[in-house]
Amino acid sequence: MNTVRDALVIAHRNIIRIRRVPDVMAFVLIQPLMFVLLFAYVFGGSIDIPGGNYREFLIAGIFAQTVVFGATFTGAGLAEDLQKGLINRFRSLPMSRSAVVAGRTASDVVYNALSILVMSVAGLIVGWRIRGSALDAIAGFALLLFFSYAFSWVMACVGLLVPTPEVVNNASFVILFPLTFIANTFVPSDNLPGVLRTIAEWNPISTLTHAVRVKFGNIPAGTPDPSAWPLQNSVLYSLIWAIALIVIFAPIATRLYQRAGAR
Amino acid sequence: MTTPHTDTSVHARGLIKTYGEVVALNGLDLDVAGGTVLGLLGPNGAGKTTAVSILTTLVTPDSGSATVAGVDVLANPKEVRRRIGLSGQYAAVDENLTATENLEMIARLYGMTWREARARTKVILDQFRLADAAHRPLKTFSGGMRRRIDLAGALIADPPVLFLDEPTTGLDPRSRGDLWDIIRERVQLGTTVLLTTQYLEEADQLADEIVVIDHGQAIARGTADELKRRVGGEHLDVRIRDIARVPEAEKILGTVAHGALRVHAEEGEISAPVPHGVEALSSVLRSLESSGIDIVDIGLRRPTLDDVFMELTGHEATVEEEKK
Ligand SMILES: Nc1ncnc2c1ncn2[C@@H]1O[C@H](COP(=O)(O)OP(=O)(O)OP(=O)(O)O)[C@@H](O)[C@H]1O
Ligand SMILES: [Mg+2]
Repeated sequence: MNTVRDALVIAHRNIIRIRRVPDVMAFVLIQPLMFVLLFAYVFGGSIDIPGGNYREFLIAGIFAQTVVFGATFTGAGLAEDLQKGLINRFRSLPMSRSAVVAGRTASDVVYNALSILVMSVAGLIVGWRIRGSALDAIAGFALLLFFSYAFSWVMACVGLLVPTPEVVNNASFVILFPLTFIANTFVPSDNLPGVLRTIAEWNPISTLTHAVRVKFGNIPAGTPDPSAWPLQNSVLYSLIWAIALIVIFAPIATRLYQRAGAR
Repeated sequence: MTTPHTDTSVHARGLIKTYGEVVALNGLDLDVAGGTVLGLLGPNGAGKTTAVSILTTLVTPDSGSATVAGVDVLANPKEVRRRIGLSGQYAAVDENLTATENLEMIARLYGMTWREARARTKVILDQFRLADAAHRPLKTFSGGMRRRIDLAGALIADPPVLFLDEPTTGLDPRSRGDLWDIIRERVQLGTTVLLTTQYLEEADQLADEIVVIDHGQAIARGTADELKRRVGGEHLDVRIRDIARVPEAEKILGTVAHGALRVHAEEGEISAPVPHGVEALSSVLRSLESSGIDIVDIGLRRPTLDDVFMELTGHEATVEEEKK
């Protein structure tokens, strides 16, 4: 109970920052917006999706990429707290030992929800539509948020291990770019050669993207069902990944927090 | 106002902490009686912050033991945290929050309700004369103001034991005086304080007892007066123009000094502890003049940390590592 209470205090503090820090605003709102517009207009005309509309295909990919990159915040935020000595301050207080990281990952769900909101509006403007049921669409959004929440715990560990927020940003680029590009986020994975195709099919970012496409009704009619098991069971597979990430990385992050910042 | 705790003393025995090759603490013992102030005095790299970090549960020692307010630091860190307030060496505040938001957050994390946190924050901001700035983000604050917010955070829950790591470094003289007053007030109410400092004067002003540390070990203990007596009454500083004549000048100062001289030959500077300041001053002045040694500067001053070190260790308070 204490953990929840303290985590909410921390999350509240992080959310206050959204209004105060302009570059955070830029990241949360403008960058995703730019992604939607750039991809829609630059690639939208030049890439063909059999039987479908590339912009519509693209949106779920951009959503998935953005929320996964959004986890970088968690890491950068913790690294900054560490650098500024705040973690030490927190560690000297009689608060729950998992609350700082839990509060951070929780507040980052709010950041991601804002990103998704902005991207959805932009998407609607460039022609994306939800073609399934409202309930399915909600499930799609929930899945995105849950997956990004799980991923936040991974980045929390990175943030507590490295010396500065900049290193988190660089590390996340190195980790996340391949992860989001060797996937079906921007092109159908069927088009990828050999090994890359297999990697893409088992990549949880692909299954997340695919699951969201399905939930939004953005898979063009007549597209053959995917042959790979993870894509066939994309919701289940993505959930398993998310839960596994939390189960593995939440305890690690809490341990790292307890040792962090001992200067 | 302070929550009554029967025991608010601090004890440490044989604290050892190494970082790779560096021995930060090398068997440090400390005792702070309840309701008193201990000043931990030492130069850069002496191990002050490490000692504070161990006592505030941030760092685990390689060996040794410690209790704070009767609670074992290693066995029961969470209970220790309930009883302490820490203001670290560098202000740890969230610059994007206002002073009020920062302090309310800390109060909440000490377990207060929102209502209590709000009320306490108001009181403490008044006490620190920061009420006018209560609703500005700390980004717009000067370094000294941030420092005060950080200290206010350490005091907000009225902890029975306070750890202040170089609390007045970076404060202007007025803020420093204000802070000394606030600390004294707390001590009157029964709070135990362990503070570190590089300034003998600060320890002198606040501490009931001083422990001088160097290379992770206590090299002297006592009241400020006792320490000063050890380093002698006053110091005579002389600077001469012709550095070639430093040895001669040294000889002259040697006749009045009652301890080791400190010499910076390249600058032509010599410093000597002297028992009777004014007599020594005039006699040295006369001797230097009659030998035709040009004086750039000469003066008496009260002993500093450097002098304490010189006297106690025979070496100057060396800077272990450039940190700032
Ligand atoms: N986390 C760490 N990793 C490596 N070495 C450390 C660490 N913390 C402290 N040290 C080393 O331990 C020694 C004691 O450091 P400490 O910070 O306790 O000194 P201090 O008396 O507080 O100095 P200052 O006046 O500069 O704050 C120093 O040599 C320092 O370099
Ligand atoms: Mg220090």
